[in-house]
Amino acid sequence: MVKLSINGKSHQLDVPAEMPLLWAIRDVVGLTGTKFGCGIAACGACTVHVDGVAVRSCTLPVAAAVGKRVTTIEGLAPIDKPHPVQVAWVAENVPQCGYCQSGQIMTAAALLAQKPKPTDADIDVTMTNICRCGCYPRIKSAIKKAAGIA
Amino acid sequence: MTIGRSNFLRVVGAAGAALALGIESAPPEALAGQTFSPVAWVRMSPDGLTTVMMSQSEMGQAITTGLAMLVAEELDVPFSTVRFEMAPVDPKFYNPVSHEMSTGGSKSTPTLTPVMRLAGATARAMIVAAGAQTWNVDPKTCTTSDGIVTGPAGQTAKFTALLDLAATLPIPDAKTIVLKTPDRFKLIGTRQRRLDLVPKTNGTAVYGIDVKVPGMKYASIEKPLQIGGTIATFDAAAALKMPGVRSVFRVPSGIAVVADNTWAAFQGRKALKVTYTAGPNAGVSTASIYGKARELVKTDGAVIKSVGDAKAAIAAGKPIVANYETPYLAHAPMEPMNTTADVRADRVTLWSPTQAPTRAQAAAAKITGLPLEAVFVNTTFLGGGFGRRSETDFVADAVHVSKAAGVPIKLVWTREDDIRNDPYRAGTIHALSATLAADGRIDAYRHTVANSSIAARTRPASIKNGVDMAVNRGTGDFAYAIGKQLVDYHLLDVAIPVGYWRAPLTNANTFATESFIDEVAHAAGKDPVAYRLSMIEPGSRAAAVLQRAAKLAAWGSPLPKGHAHGVAMARWDEGWVATIAEVSMKAGKLKVHKLTASVDVGMPINIEGIEQQVPSAMIYGLSAALTGKITFADGVPQQKNFTDYPVLHMADSPKFVVDIVRNLESPMGAGEIGTPCVAPALANAIFALNGKRIRTLPLNDALA
Repeated sequence: MVKLSINGKSHQLDVPAEMPLLWAIRDVVGLTGTKFGCGIAACGACTVHVDGVAVRSCTLPVAAAVGKRVTTIEGLAPIDKPHPVQVAWVAENVPQCGYCQSGQIMTAAALLAQKPKPTDADIDVTMTNICRCGCYPRIKSAIKKAAGIA
Repeated sequence: MTIGRSNFLRVVGAAGAALALGIESAPPEALAGQTFSPVAWVRMSPDGLTTVMMSQSEMGQAITTGLAMLVAEELDVPFSTVRFEMAPVDPKFYNPVSHEMSTGGSKSTPTLTPVMRLAGATARAMIVAAGAQTWNVDPKTCTTSDGIVTGPAGQTAKFTALLDLAATLPIPDAKTIVLKTPDRFKLIGTRQRRLDLVPKTNGTAVYGIDVKVPGMKYASIEKPLQIGGTIATFDAAAALKMPGVRSVFRVPSGIAVVADNTWAAFQGRKALKVTYTAGPNAGVSTASIYGKARELVKTDGAVIKSVGDAKAAIAAGKPIVANYETPYLAHAPMEPMNTTADVRADRVTLWSPTQAPTRAQAAAAKITGLPLEAVFVNTTFLGGGFGRRSETDFVADAVHVSKAAGVPIKLVWTREDDIRNDPYRAGTIHALSATLAADGRIDAYRHTVANSSIAARTRPASIKNGVDMAVNRGTGDFAYAIGKQLVDYHLLDVAIPVGYWRAPLTNANTFATESFIDEVAHAAGKDPVAYRLSMIEPGSRAAAVLQRAAKLAAWGSPLPKGHAHGVAMARWDEGWVATIAEVSMKAGKLKVHKLTASVDVGMPINIEGIEQQVPSAMIYGLSAALTGKITFADGVPQQKNFTDYPVLHMADSPKFVVDIVRNLESPMGAGEIGTPCVAPALANAIFALNGKRIRTLPLNDALA
């Protein structure tokens, strides 16, 4: 049994210690907002926060998340009180297919928590999540809007 | 058990955006009386909401928003009250042109604009008739606006108050329905945010991979590495000992591992011991494919286009000659291939991120032997499509596994499965030649193409005289008035499946065509924009996009030191695009600063949607132009994930300027038109920068 804290809720999961956090979140806990994209931490679709830090959950064993606070897109903000990054995403009409957006939003939220006024270079270096629809210009605009530097 | 519309996705957008996936407990008949649905596409409820049924898959292109706008425009309801819902497979929702439900080729907008407008206008006419009957006036004296009917004496009624009466009235003949004239448009040509926006920012949008149904198991299939090869033997002993692995068995595409969760299924696959049998691609390599194609283009192919005697003129003259090559490309949408299937004795239910619900239905019916009517398809959101999801291989996988396992199965591919088992964008070889007239314009032009046909696999009957026209767009359909032209084609017979991609072969062909036109312009000593314009009918739609893009990018004006411009243009259906790239090189590395595109997609419906799609398509083209390539050794694709099939990241994303031509021509889709000009515009910019002519893609390989 692995004990995980996800979105402020404690879960006892009967999963192998080496199971990547992504699959524990998606298939076992049933929170599907966090996506599977590549399985090798190359695309960022699976990004969640572990103790507030953006982490690619597809390669992080659940054992490594024990005793830490895991936050997924579902736990970023109440659904009727979206996070400023989500508000900016709506204002900028960012998503297209939308599949990568949970990961993009979680990465951006962690960036702004750490650097409330990021430079373009900060954004470029941090936002390495892949978007095949090419939402990059709007993602960048939305991050700046959320940071109040647009 | 009655077989009817059983399960479907419901999406509500805009204000109260939320999405629920569920089993519809009440049959549709139970809804009758509560809603007004004069045509299958539109359902209006007393709470003031209008639901537009969507036959088209939403894969990011915002077609659901665009089609809903068309209904709302003619219905005359506020767009904030409009939602959409994915339609079940039903002939009522079949496309009037393709006679199926599928999304691709930028065909949704052109084929469904008249359908959706008529649907909205029909509902409106019946509501107006209801108002007129209530007031005992002539319907022609009534007007509508924002969901309210106004009578001749100023009487008003909300649409919602008239629904019950409207539902009792005869559905008017389509011939009697009058559509709005453009001067009365309130929505068409405006900027509307996506209806699926909020669910796509809070994790509630349901993609195929997110589906969960009671009793479901997870599965993944170990496939042969060699395309067309087979797995000869497998030893599942170790796999079956893995925690969570339930069963292992053979299905047509490989060895299925059924497990309690996706990861256990993946782990079970890793523990399989398999041996392979080689197939038709044994020994096939990138070198062998291109070697064969290079020989083919030296010979005469099947004629695509012939004007005058270009061959003789080129033989008699001093032609400019150049060959171009493009690589095979994977689609790599963000959501790996998946489908959930529940195969029962008398029915199949599918939940699939499919671009082609009718094909998914047919695939499941064929596998199970059940009639089409016993296969229910729930189309989820698609995590990207780009043509990949018009295939049915991932649907068939799920159906086979569920059929054998006897339980509902969520079948998930890995990214490696996706990159290695893709109906690729075909690699292409092009031989071009041209002679110039005394004034520098092209006198004779020849383009010989060799590539693998998509239709040879998907629609063999459409191949006429050895020609697949679908893979020849972007060759002879240019705007240039050239007196002698020959475009000929060799169908490259290679057993590696090729498929539809974003503006599939138009990309490859436009790279060759527009790079070569640029070469010829430079050989003639002319400015590339002016040279093109000299061969295009003045005042035409083609000329307009080129002139507009040139003006917008300040073509010909000084650029920052070390920067250069390159131009390309292309036709897409009846529309046109011109693109201007601004690039520089630093330490041998190409930097793309800006892409400016002017597009004419006919009457633009959602400006916001087009402004999303054109840069989207350009970024897709940019990934391909810079680094995209799939190579083969002994029939095995040599790339497998985003590490060795890299795609563009934000840091390399340039500035985009998009110009949309406003006209009243037939509306067209805008999801693909942005892609074809990217590679040639970049290559032409590189030539302008340093005189290096790049004739093979990807550019970063050529520059290395």
